[in-house]
Amino acid sequence: MQTGKLSNWSKWFLSLGFFFLYAPIIILVIFSFNKSELVTVWAGFSFRWYGELFRDPQMLGAAWISLKIAVLAASAAVVLGTMASIVMVRMGAFKGKTAFTSMITAPLVMPEVITGLSLLLLFVAMGQTLGWPGQRGMLTIWIAHVTFCTAFVAVVVSSRLQELDESIEEAAQDLGAPPWKVFFLVTLPIIAPALMSGWLLAFTLSLDDLVIASFVSGPGATTLPMQVFSSVRMGISPQINALATIIIGLASIAVLVAWWIARREGIRAVKISES
Amino acid sequence: MSKLGVRSVIAVPYIWLLMFFLVPFLIVFKISFSEMQYAIPPYTDLVTWADEVLTINLNLGTYAYLINDDLYIRAYMSSVRIAFFATVCALLIGYPIAYAIARADTATRNALLMLVMLPSWTSFLIRIYAWVGILKNNGLINNGLIGIGIIDEPIAMLNTEFAVYLGIVYAYLPFMVLPIYTNLVKLDNSLLEASADLGCPPWKTFLTVTLPLSKAGIIAGCMLVFIPSVGEFVIPEMLGGAETLMIGKVLWQEFFNNRDWPVASAVAIVMLLLLLVPITFFHRYQARELES
Repeated sequence: MQTGKLSNWSKWFLSLGFFFLYAPIIILVIFSFNKSELVTVWAGFSFRWYGELFRDPQMLGAAWISLKIAVLAASAAVVLGTMASIVMVRMGAFKGKTAFTSMITAPLVMPEVITGLSLLLLFVAMGQTLGWPGQRGMLTIWIAHVTFCTAFVAVVVSSRLQELDESIEEAAQDLGAPPWKVFFLVTLPIIAPALMSGWLLAFTLSLDDLVIASFVSGPGATTLPMQVFSSVRMGISPQINALATIIIGLASIAVLVAWWIARREGIRAVKISES
Repeated sequence: MSKLGVRSVIAVPYIWLLMFFLVPFLIVFKISFSEMQYAIPPYTDLVTWADEVLTINLNLGTYAYLINDDLYIRAYMSSVRIAFFATVCALLIGYPIAYAIARADTATRNALLMLVMLPSWTSFLIRIYAWVGILKNNGLINNGLIGIGIIDEPIAMLNTEFAVYLGIVYAYLPFMVLPIYTNLVKLDNSLLEASADLGCPPWKTFLTVTLPLSKAGIIAGCMLVFIPSVGEFVIPEMLGGAETLMIGKVLWQEFFNNRDWPVASAVAIVMLLLLLVPITFFHRYQARELES
């Protein structure tokens, strides 16, 4: 596509689009520093709500549970998702491949209430017939998150695998490397950035999930979104604004760092190709 | 690769997905045919074995109930309608954004794309919550408008269908922009030049060349917005109030408030049937992307 200077028309549209995307977030951040209890009336600058947030044991406990689940779910999803991408991109046709790709792509769009309900009913049925899982909680949330995160990781990783020049792998194979060695010494280092972004995507998806976790959770496992949701239902609270600001800050830093690394890699690639 | 190695690489994700994605749907299907009972679990068995007699109880009553009580039909219809018009709005806003980004030079392009995606890396719940404070009766917009004296009485915006549209477009816009952008950026420039050389005005080039060639991106974007929106729970719950009827919310209430698992299951099965065509559509597009 023709690239170059943006026309005035495009600039206008982009500005409006970004205003729409960012205005609510910026308002949220500003009001997190509001002294008043009223979320929409400015009464002076204060860190009061941050203090209250960090003294709220329920919020902190829920955040800790969510973080643990997100790290473990993202890690498992990267392993499963990478295996799934290899199956889809590198292996030829086999019996049941269509079913396999369907099961990978369907979770991307499946309404969360359906996924949540179906997994809960599975866990209940398993508990009845097999006696496992006896109780729902972190483990069942982890299984649910691994399942839908795998689909997202598979999409990210397989698009990278497709771009990968197969001749490099073939060269290693011709030189006598066994397939597992080719994978770990050649393929894996090349697709590592995709694994990293897949992991991050899975991590944020897991951290963000309210609906599925609400279905499959049990007593004692309240995740951060569940905690936020129940406190928002009681009414709007500036403490949530403080939490939102922290989440937005962390996400922005992570994305900026990722972008900066990608840019540096890009510049290096250009320099190498020029020299 | 050795046969065993190949098999196990296929088998591990395959079995996981069968177990935790396909089998659960079969169980939902099964439970939609059972009856509610006050016990643990709160549904009857389909197959019972007593006194050496095998009884199969297929209860079609739940589905009859869904058809007879017009709440469910209205909920399905309004969900599809809301999701459809929200998708159209997202497309009308998202396409020009994707187009403008694809036209920028490479460095700007990546920065702009990052800015579009950044909000979706923060919490979905919190972004929807942000709108509550803006749309409330004593929220930012109403306070502002009353402050400058345009209106005397606050306009009811929260707990309306309008708020649900706004929420869906806001939350799902990045998922519309991304696939359209991916498609537009691959567009071969020489086609556009050829069209211009042959005397085609820019608007006509756009309509006859650019738009048809970005069809795949438009379809993917629309499906990524439409399908999850139909079953959306958080947005109608937080912004729609009691008046907005959406099927995701109905399912949630059947399950959590009424504890009627068979009805919740039947609601899910009908929703799935309704979404089967768009999901197949999306799947075809994705399968081509993944396997090519």
